Amino acid sequence: MLRVEARTHLGGLALDVSLEVRAGECLALAGPSGAGKTSVLRVASGLLRPERGRVECGKETWLDTEAGIDVPPERRRCGYVFQEYALFPHLTALQNVAYPLRGVSRSERRRSAQELLERFGLGPLADARPRTLSGGERQRVAVARVLARRPDVLLLDEPLSALDARTRAGAARELEAVLRGVEAPALLVTHDFAEAAQLGDRVGVIDAGRVMQEGTPTELAAAPRSAFVADFTGGVVLTGDARGGPNGLTHVELDGGGAVASTDRGEGRVAVSVYPWEITIEPEDEAPHGSAQNRLRAEVMSVTIVGNRVRLGLAAPQPLAAEITRASAEALDLRPGARVTATWKAAATRLVTI
Amino acid sequence: MKGAAEVRSGRAARRAGWFPAVLVLALAAALTFLTLPIVAIFVDSSPAQLLDALGEQGALDALWLSLRTTAASMAIILVVGTPAAYLLATRSFRGKAAVVTLVELPLVLPPAVAGIALLAAVGPSGILGGAVEAAGIELTLATAGVVVALTFVASPFYVRQAVAAFASVDRTLLDASRTLGASEARSFLRVMIPSAMPGLAAGAALALGRALGEFGATLMFAGSFQGITQTVPLAIYDRFSTEFDSALALSAVLVAVSAAILLSVKLVQGSEALGGAPS
Repeated sequence: MLRVEARTHLGGLALDVSLEVRAGECLALAGPSGAGKTSVLRVASGLLRPERGRVECGKETWLDTEAGIDVPPERRRCGYVFQEYALFPHLTALQNVAYPLRGVSRSERRRSAQELLERFGLGPLADARPRTLSGGERQRVAVARVLARRPDVLLLDEPLSALDARTRAGAARELEAVLRGVEAPALLVTHDFAEAAQLGDRVGVIDAGRVMQEGTPTELAAAPRSAFVADFTGGVVLTGDARGGPNGLTHVELDGGGAVASTDRGEGRVAVSVYPWEITIEPEDEAPHGSAQNRLRAEVMSVTIVGNRVRLGLAAPQPLAAEITRASAEALDLRPGARVTATWKAAATRLVTI
Repeated sequence: MKGAAEVRSGRAARRAGWFPAVLVLALAAALTFLTLPIVAIFVDSSPAQLLDALGEQGALDALWLSLRTTAASMAIILVVGTPAAYLLATRSFRGKAAVVTLVELPLVLPPAVAGIALLAAVGPSGILGGAVEAAGIELTLATAGVVVALTFVASPFYVRQAVAAFASVDRTLLDASRTLGASEARSFLRVMIPSAMPGLAAGAALALGRALGEFGATLMFAGSFQGITQTVPLAIYDRFSTEFDSALALSAVLVAVSAAILLSVKLVQGSEALGGAPS
C-alpha cells in the first residue's frame, strides 16, 4: 500500500493531491503536461519535499512534514523509471542494472544483473553502452535496473513516451506483464489517457495540480465529472474478435454480444474505439435510417452535463459513452433507465489489434 | 541588359573571392606569429646542446622542483576544487554569484599583485602571518610557499571549468542514482564525476599549464632559490642573460610538456566525441 498526500506550490502550480495505491495495483495518473504528474512521483520518491505532506509505504512512513520525518531518496525503496530513462552513460547495460545491487560479492552482482537482462531479452547487449541502444532497449534496461533494487513501490514517468509508435505497442505489452508480475504498488503518470487505460487498473485524471476524478477507465469515460475529464478521456474502448466482412468492411463480434463494422482492417482480437461525440442516440424501437452501420441497444445509466453537452453513460453488453447536445437530450427525454439505440458510422470506428 | 547582369555576377564572384582570402591571410599571420618563437627555441640550439644544458645541476633542480610543486598544488586543487565546484553547480543560494566572482578573481589578477596579496595575507607580517608561523609552517622562501602561489593562481582555472562541467550533467542522472539507493556522496563519486570527466580533465589541464608556467607570484612570494623555490620559469629568467643555452633548453622542456598537456586534452575530448557517435 502506497499513500501519498502532498500540498505544495511549484512555480505557478498549486499541487494538492491525496492518493492511495494498493499492493499489486497500478494507479495511472493521466493529465496534460504541467499538471503536476511528475511532481507527485518526485514527492513519493523523496526527490521533492512538499510544503505539507505525508508519504507512507506499507508500515513505513517516508515523509511526514508535521512530525519532521523525511527519509532521503536512497533509503526509500522506490523503483523510479524516469521519462528519458536516465541510464548512466558511462556504464554498460550490465553495470547500469548492477548499480543498485549492493552488499553482495562482485560475481553475485554480475550474475543477478545478467539474469535480469536475460529476462528482458537483453542478454547479448550486456556490454553495450546506453547511447548505442535503441529506445525500446533503453526502456527495458531502465525497468530491469529498477527491479534490481527490489522496490517496495514502482514509479513510472511516461514510460512509453520516449518510444516511437512502432516500438510502443510491444513495449506497452511487456510493461503490462511486468506490472502484473510485481507485488509492489505501482504509480504511473502519462499524458495519454489510452496509455493510462491500458496500463492502469485505476486511472486518476489530474489537472492543475489536482486529481479531478479517479476510477476505472470505463467509469471515467462513461460518467466524467467535468468537461476536462470528458475531453481528456476521449474514446470509448470495446473489445471483440474481428474478421473480414462484406463490402471490404471488418466485422467485429463484441465480447458479451452485439457486433459492429469498421472501415479499418483487423483480424483476431481487437480493441474497438469510438469517440463519444461520434455516437448518435435514437429511441429504442425506431427503424434504422441514415448511413450509420453500427447499432447497439443500450440502457442509459448516467446523464452528466458537460458544458453545453451531455455525456451519457450507457449499459450495453460493454459499457459505452455518448456525447450529445443538451437540446437533443431534452428532446429525447433521456434519463437513467431510458432504453435507447446507440448508432455510429463504420468509418468512425477504429481498430487496434491486441 | 545581359551585359549588366554579367558584370554584376562577375563582381559578386570577385567579392566572394576577396573575403576568404582575407580570412586565410589573417590565419596565416596569426599562425606564423604564434608558432615562430616556439619553433625558434628548437632551431636555435641543437638537440645535443639541449641535452647538455639539461644535465647541469641547476637545471635538474629546477625541473624536479617544478614537478613536485606542480603535482602538490594539482592534488590540492583537485581534492578541494572538485567538491567546491560541485556545490556551486548543483545548489542555488543567496550570494552565489558573488561567491563565483570571488573564486574567479585570481584569473584576472596580475601575477605581481597575486604575489603581493599572498605576502599581505600569509607572509611574515601578513594578517595571518603569525598564525602560520605559530603552526610551524614556513611559506616565504620555502618550497611550501611555491605550492601556495601555484595553487592560488591556477585553481580558478580548474574550478571555473569544473562548475561548467558539473552544471552540464543531466540532473536526472543524480536523481536516478539517489532513487537506486546511492547517497549523494556516493552518487557524486560514481555518477557525477565520471559524467563530468571530459570537462574536469580540460579544467585540470588548464590549471596544470598555468601552474607549470607560474612566474610572478612565485617570485614575489617565495623568492628564487635554487632547489628550494626556483621553478623552471624562474630558472629560465635567472639564466637568460648569462647562460642562454640553458635557458633555451629549459624552455624547450616547458614547450614539450605544454604541448603534451594540450594534446592529451584533445585526445580525451576526441575519444569522448567518438564514443558519442551512434553506432
